[in-house]
Amino acid sequence: MPIRTEPVTVNLGPQHPSTHGVFRLRVTFDGEVVLDVEPVFGYLHRGSEKLGEERTYTQVITLTDRLDYVSAMTNNQAYVIACEKLAGIVAPERAMYLRVIAAELQRLVSHLVATGFFLNDLGAFATPLMYCFRERESVMDLFEMLCGARITVSYMRVGGVFQDAPEEFWPALNTFTTDMPHYLDEYEQLLTSNEILLTRTKGVGILTTEKALNCSVTGPVLRSTGFPWDLRKVDPYEIYDRVQFDVPVGEQGDNYDRYKVRIMEMRQSIRIIDQCVQQIHPGPVKADVPALLRPPPGDAYGRIEGPKGELGFYLVSDGGIAPYRFKIRSPSFINLTVLRDLLIGWKLADMIVTFGSIDINMGEVDR
Amino acid sequence: MYGLGILNGFLVTMKNFIKKPVTIQYPEERNPQHPRFRGEEFVWYEDRCTACASCAKYCPLGIIKIVTHPSGGKLPEGDAYAIDVFDIDIGRCMFCGLCVEACPYDALFMGSGFEESKYKRADLVIHADRLRAAEKHPSTWFRPQLEGRGYDPQSDAPVPWKEAGRESWPHHLPQRPGEPGADGADAPSSPAGH
Repeated sequence: MPIRTEPVTVNLGPQHPSTHGVFRLRVTFDGEVVLDVEPVFGYLHRGSEKLGEERTYTQVITLTDRLDYVSAMTNNQAYVIACEKLAGIVAPERAMYLRVIAAELQRLVSHLVATGFFLNDLGAFATPLMYCFRERESVMDLFEMLCGARITVSYMRVGGVFQDAPEEFWPALNTFTTDMPHYLDEYEQLLTSNEILLTRTKGVGILTTEKALNCSVTGPVLRSTGFPWDLRKVDPYEIYDRVQFDVPVGEQGDNYDRYKVRIMEMRQSIRIIDQCVQQIHPGPVKADVPALLRPPPGDAYGRIEGPKGELGFYLVSDGGIAPYRFKIRSPSFINLTVLRDLLIGWKLADMIVTFGSIDINMGEVDR
Repeated sequence: MYGLGILNGFLVTMKNFIKKPVTIQYPEERNPQHPRFRGEEFVWYEDRCTACASCAKYCPLGIIKIVTHPSGGKLPEGDAYAIDVFDIDIGRCMFCGLCVEACPYDALFMGSGFEESKYKRADLVIHADRLRAAEKHPSTWFRPQLEGRGYDPQSDAPVPWKEAGRESWPHHLPQRPGEPGADGADAPSSPAGH
């Protein structure tokens, strides 16, 4: 006698340890196999875009800290680049180097958190996460030296950074970049050849380049499909055209490749930081920008390669002290569009892993 | 052979048996805190404050309340207004430090503490009297004049307003209220400014 099964609809989230924030998935299962997925979000909506329209250009920087709260520095960077385009300001060279160093440190943090939580979702409960957080902590200490805060940094200003790095920052940074490759080796020894990790992630959640491009997916998720698209290379901003680095790509776009691309990108980030430290020269760190910036009427779109993908800020100015329109192109939100196609046909346990490997941040998705 | 990768991974975790733990026992032990740390309990030097309310205007959340009245003092010395109310609601503060950055007279500094917990939300509003009476342990955030001399807010003695000094940044005019003389560097020895 054939067994008659009926599809079951299950709510995953919004309060669920594996959803990386208040994110809800309405999943239809046939037994254990995913038939359909409907993401529901908006639980963390704070109206950042509207709030930005009633704050001055400097005050908006504090809002950008809270978009992707794992990588505040890169949010700051994208916003100030957009502002500088809008107002026609060029930051001093030293400020650009400081920004790139801070942004690459932040990329390390974001990838460490992504790797840690990805393995947490995989069932390696908290052990790899704690290893990753150990190194994250040393970057947080560097940020504390640099700007006095660890998460909500507000370090960058339109036309530079607010203050030069203190003297003790440079030896500490040097120690960090010397030690970090060893820690990365340690992760690889712990994880990369682990058979459980390989069976759970290899060939699971395969994303094709065509699909990724159609969904306008960016960042490590796109690069894991073998498509070398990195804004630092294809549209170099700040001083990225003066440093040497590779764009690591994956082979087939499965969960393992997404993990591997992040590990390889961390090594490239350390390479970039080392070169920046060698190239940086003393000088001013902030251009002469009025405290109450009034850019000329017009619009500008500033974009950077954030840790999670292309992070862009579109600003429209009407000549006032606050942006007329403040639009955020958040990579987490756009990378989520690919989630449905990735999950259909896989099992519940793979669903959690695939979701973790995309590395979203709800602060940025809901804005 | 299946399982070799797992064993290889266990070598990493096994190493931690002989390593010193990276965690510390917090209330007894403390991590070193950098002097630039933006902490709670703002440091306010009333002698320098001219009640211009720049801090209140720059605050993204509008949590600084300042009420003044004309005191009959001299405007060039920064005494034209007396402060009735100066409240900072640190229950809503996000410690971005824009108020400190905005202060044109270096009267407001970030604090350096981080262990501020209260039973009531209302207690988190810092009033002017509390700011006056508080021990001055300013953070060196945005105050490079404190940074160069190896000052540590955690262990060093409180800094009186004359020692806190002015930053000598080019965009600051050399002559300001409370600072006679063209050079900002001789401010600590000057008697004026209150």
